[in-house]
Amino acid sequence: MNPIIPAAPPPAMSESLFAFVFLLLLVSPLAIAGLALTNTGLGRSRSAAQAMLGNLAIVAVAVVVFAVFGAAIAGDASSSGHAFHLAGKAWNWAGSGRLLLGSAAAGPDGSFSATQLGVLFEFLAVALAALIPWGSGADRLRLAAGCATAAVLAGIVFPFVAHWTWGGGWLAGLGATFGLGSGFLDQGGAASVHAIGGLSALTVVWIAGPRKGKFPKEGFSTAMPGHNAVYVLAGCLVSLVGWLAWNAAGAILWLHAPLSALPVTALNTVLSAAIALVATSAVTRFRFGKPDASMCANGWLAGLVASSACAAVVTPGQSLFIGLVAGVATPLLVELLELAVSIDDPSGAITVHAVAGIWGLLAAGLFAPKAGQLLAQIVGIATLLGLVLPTVYLLFALLNRVVPFRVDPDGERIGMDLHELGGGAYPEFVIHRDESYR
Amino acid sequence: MKYAGLLVMPAGFFLTIAALVLFPDPARRGVFVFCGLAVECLGLGVAIRGHILPRGESQP
Repeated sequence: MNPIIPAAPPPAMSESLFAFVFLLLLVSPLAIAGLALTNTGLGRSRSAAQAMLGNLAIVAVAVVVFAVFGAAIAGDASSSGHAFHLAGKAWNWAGSGRLLLGSAAAGPDGSFSATQLGVLFEFLAVALAALIPWGSGADRLRLAAGCATAAVLAGIVFPFVAHWTWGGGWLAGLGATFGLGSGFLDQGGAASVHAIGGLSALTVVWIAGPRKGKFPKEGFSTAMPGHNAVYVLAGCLVSLVGWLAWNAAGAILWLHAPLSALPVTALNTVLSAAIALVATSAVTRFRFGKPDASMCANGWLAGLVASSACAAVVTPGQSLFIGLVAGVATPLLVELLELAVSIDDPSGAITVHAVAGIWGLLAAGLFAPKAGQLLAQIVGIATLLGLVLPTVYLLFALLNRVVPFRVDPDGERIGMDLHELGGGAYPEFVIHRDESYR
Repeated sequence: MKYAGLLVMPAGFFLTIAALVLFPDPARRGVFVFCGLAVECLGLGVAIRGHILPRGESQP
């Protein structure tokens, strides 16, 4: 491995543009807050406090671990990275930052640098990525296990993928090295955040197993609806605000989009979510006779996730198509995963984040005007499925031996709140025990 | 079976990388990249199938 020549430095940033992007990044955590609300609402009432505390703890652990280890691996586009040479090409596989952030967080000689904002963007991204599997493990994943998975994602998995896509790594350089369009495009974190989070959610569900009584010996799977539809739907609205800021900030930071491109980026984000909600509502209305509130929330989020990959590079018409596909596929896939392959995913994160994220990445290639862009996107998707998913599975399987993911049967019976926190989220309400598996 | 599926998936990834390195011709490169992705999807299918639980069980 040899340090390679630094990639092209990001264009100089004016003071006003710096302030604008910084403001966008201050609004972006609303996406995290919305997702936390939605995930909590989709779980059971007897685990609500543990779920919400877990959201906070996971964000905290992810940010600290990323600051200590991860940011050094993620690096940034303006600094050199570590590369090996294969077939005459340099494959930049890791950043060369310093532990504990080094100088990454401070602008060089007090100037306004896109690098500083990029680091801040990555901090928010790692928090969101680490949060996604927590919703899938609701009602049986221990708090310690949730924090441990966050540490693994923030310290190992996310930094590499972030470097490959945002830090001048080999995926971003596919355009320069192999002539594949502009290289792998992921302006809003569809790969680095949502696909990683969704695929990690799949491994968590595989390792922890389904909730007790979810798949009885006979008949269909047991319906375990979320305890608070208001949380779920309010979370979707809060997420929209965060997503608008997130996609706009990503477009400026990673695609160097001009300010004049931001209204279309924001419009595409809204359109994708809106048509996805309409499509999901229509599909569930057709399938079940009435629109399903939690499924509609999943459709809305799937539209937002799909827009993360391509809101800055497609037209509003194409964005409608992308959201439509995401909205139709979401309820069908959630049902298929539960009924056909016994996957108990309370938050629907596997479909909403992994599948919709990968669809958005593919769509960015499908609608790109540059030749070779589709192939670049497919190479990125192949990396997520072929390298990231098995690696996460291996890491989580090893982690499960040290920090068991699943709570003991008694904890699952009385609820995670009482078992792990000693008190419930709603002490004045009657909380139903699980009597389905005496 | 689940481990076999998870081992097949990196094989598909390396096929994709090999296609980038070995084939400068865009058409042939594209075909082999798609083949790599197909191998990954096959591995994912096997892994998912391997994780399906017998009814009534809650943990793998």
